[in-house]
Amino acid sequence: MPADAPRHLLGIAGLQPHQIMRILDEAERWADARDARAEPLLAGLTQINAFFEPSTRTLLSFEIAGKRLGADVVNMHAAGSSVTKGETLIDTAVTLNAMRADVLVIRHGSSGAVGLIADKVGCPVLNAGDGSHEHPTQALLDALTIRRRKGALAGLRVAICGDLLHSRVARSNILLLTAMAAEVRVAAPATLLPAALKAMGVAAFTDMDEAIEGADVVMMLRVQRERMAGGLIPSPREYHAFWGLTRERLARAAPDALVMHPGPMNRGVEIASSVADDPERSAITEQVAMGVAVRMACLDLLTRDQRAGGAS
Amino acid sequence: MSSPLLVRGGRLPSGERAEILAVDGRIAAIGSGFATEGAERLDAAGKLVAPALVDLGVFAIDPSAARAGGIAHAALMPDQSLPLDDAALIERAAGAGGPGLTVHPLAAATRGLGGQELAELGLMHAAGARAAATGREAIGSAAVMRRVLAYAASFDLPVVVHAEDPTLAEGAVATAGETATRLGLPAAPAVAEALIVARDLLLAEETGARVHFRQLTTARAFALMREAKARGLPVTCGITPAHLLLSDIAVTGFRSFAHLSPPLRDEADRQAARAALADGTVDVLSSGHDPRGPEAKRLPFAESSSGAAGAATLLALSWLLVRDGLIGPERLFELLARNPARILGLDAGELRVGGRADLIVVDPDAPWRIDERTLPGLAGNTPFDGLPVQGKAVTLVKNGVLVG
Repeated sequence: MPADAPRHLLGIAGLQPHQIMRILDEAERWADARDARAEPLLAGLTQINAFFEPSTRTLLSFEIAGKRLGADVVNMHAAGSSVTKGETLIDTAVTLNAMRADVLVIRHGSSGAVGLIADKVGCPVLNAGDGSHEHPTQALLDALTIRRRKGALAGLRVAICGDLLHSRVARSNILLLTAMAAEVRVAAPATLLPAALKAMGVAAFTDMDEAIEGADVVMMLRVQRERMAGGLIPSPREYHAFWGLTRERLARAAPDALVMHPGPMNRGVEIASSVADDPERSAITEQVAMGVAVRMACLDLLTRDQRAGGAS
Repeated sequence: MSSPLLVRGGRLPSGERAEILAVDGRIAAIGSGFATEGAERLDAAGKLVAPALVDLGVFAIDPSAARAGGIAHAALMPDQSLPLDDAALIERAAGAGGPGLTVHPLAAATRGLGGQELAELGLMHAAGARAAATGREAIGSAAVMRRVLAYAASFDLPVVVHAEDPTLAEGAVATAGETATRLGLPAAPAVAEALIVARDLLLAEETGARVHFRQLTTARAFALMREAKARGLPVTCGITPAHLLLSDIAVTGFRSFAHLSPPLRDEADRQAARAALADGTVDVLSSGHDPRGPEAKRLPFAESSSGAAGAATLLALSWLLVRDGLIGPERLFELLARNPARILGLDAGELRVGGRADLIVVDPDAPWRIDERTLPGLAGNTPFDGLPVQGKAVTLVKNGVLVG
């Protein structure tokens, strides 16, 4: 493994700025490649995607990334498996370890759960989202998307808007963007704004118009339907009126502001279709493409050690 | 009937050098130069002789942990596999301690700890319960709480309260603040504690009930307590060493051993707790002993059970507060023994002539390292794993008899 690369990728919190740069640089290599399969770097390695929480997009993205690199990819849909029948997470981790995977990609609904598994296994672990904690590859793919459009991250004003309280995407992005010297502003209804975001180096607003003033990037977060039923938001209609990204609201951002969304979108709630589908402004489909590139880079970097020493 | 016991050569918490003579389970004399032919002698030279500790609010009967901590009396919380809401259960629990430990079961304030119907407080009181307790949670309904306090007051039964508003605390595993925000943990605002304190102080005043808040941990709650005490209300409060020595930063890395209830607070609240300890607002230091095995703790943080094993470390961790200069040894043993005994109405917790001879010989300098794997007791789930400490109860005397 490269000397300064971490063993696992559990979060942005464990990464130094130069390590972030390194992953982004490696991802560039795959971002434009027409036929990535030409380099089967992970041939002969087994990648297990263990998803303890339903996912379509992220799972697919990791599966494609692994396959493009030639790995044998196995998906384990743990939601509805022995995990829900009382087997503890540690037992599951030990089982996965005994299967001798070469790399594990894990999503779990509980903050910190992926780190708990990582402590128990002998192979690199990639966090594909743990509770409301972190989703590092999402932040990396967002950073790559921004960098390719804007040239650099430092000095940009990025507004992150939506359910900050529950969003792992927001946490990872805040950590990454502040580490890379971008200015981060966040906007959310007061009920979805965590107590101590200021301590993470961001400016927090309940008024979205204020937050996106002059922003170079407007990053929207998905609002879960259950939050709206849970009394945290009065209604989708009210949410859209005050925190939805509409054309009028976007006019407050910089004229060339980039619009991003991790998907899947609630059209007409957090984002208006006219904005989401605007090819000039929206980077949403590009984010999906960069997702595969970033995940290829992460899989490659994390498994270099094993490949150098022969697969275990 | 045991032979008389003479404890010699030690110092009392006041610093005074004194011999203690125990006869028939009671302290017969404190002083020097006793004629004691036939008395068993216990050499305490260079050591501290102090009242055995009275631990107000533990969740398990754990004699070996209690012995290690110098605890001779433990008030057992009603949160057992069968909630202690029946006189027969009180009697059974009271007999479960063994020779070194007297268990004082606390009566569930409401049936099944459900927070709805009054439990048979009168019958449980008659069966030996020294206090009622709300259990791990506060009683959410002010109407039910008012009834509990009024009814308990009529039996002169103090009520031990957990102070966290259950509607705010529901689902929360941390205090709202930087750590919970960074980790993405469900959190409740610190004010959840003061809300219950404010409510229950008003209700205590109205009903005349004696209320003991088992653990207070926030600046706002201490401010309310100061004001209530200044007005002369019969209210008291306690805290655990963990909330004085650790802040929520200890949760970083999703350390489930630091998952406590109430949760570890931010640094400002921790400092407020230390100030409240120093200025006399806090009455009781207790372990909150809640031993949990790996099946309850080796889980993602939000799914893990709250609570820490604390009995075996109670004395050594409390002694850190003396070393820090926050309190003196005399005040320490008021917090650890005299005050909790008074709240429960026990003949214990003090070294006085005529009082029960429950005492410990402490080597305050004895160094040891807290190790979760070897901690005496049912489980080693301590947030202080690896911490070097000083202070050991080398000998426990219970009812005038050497227990070990």
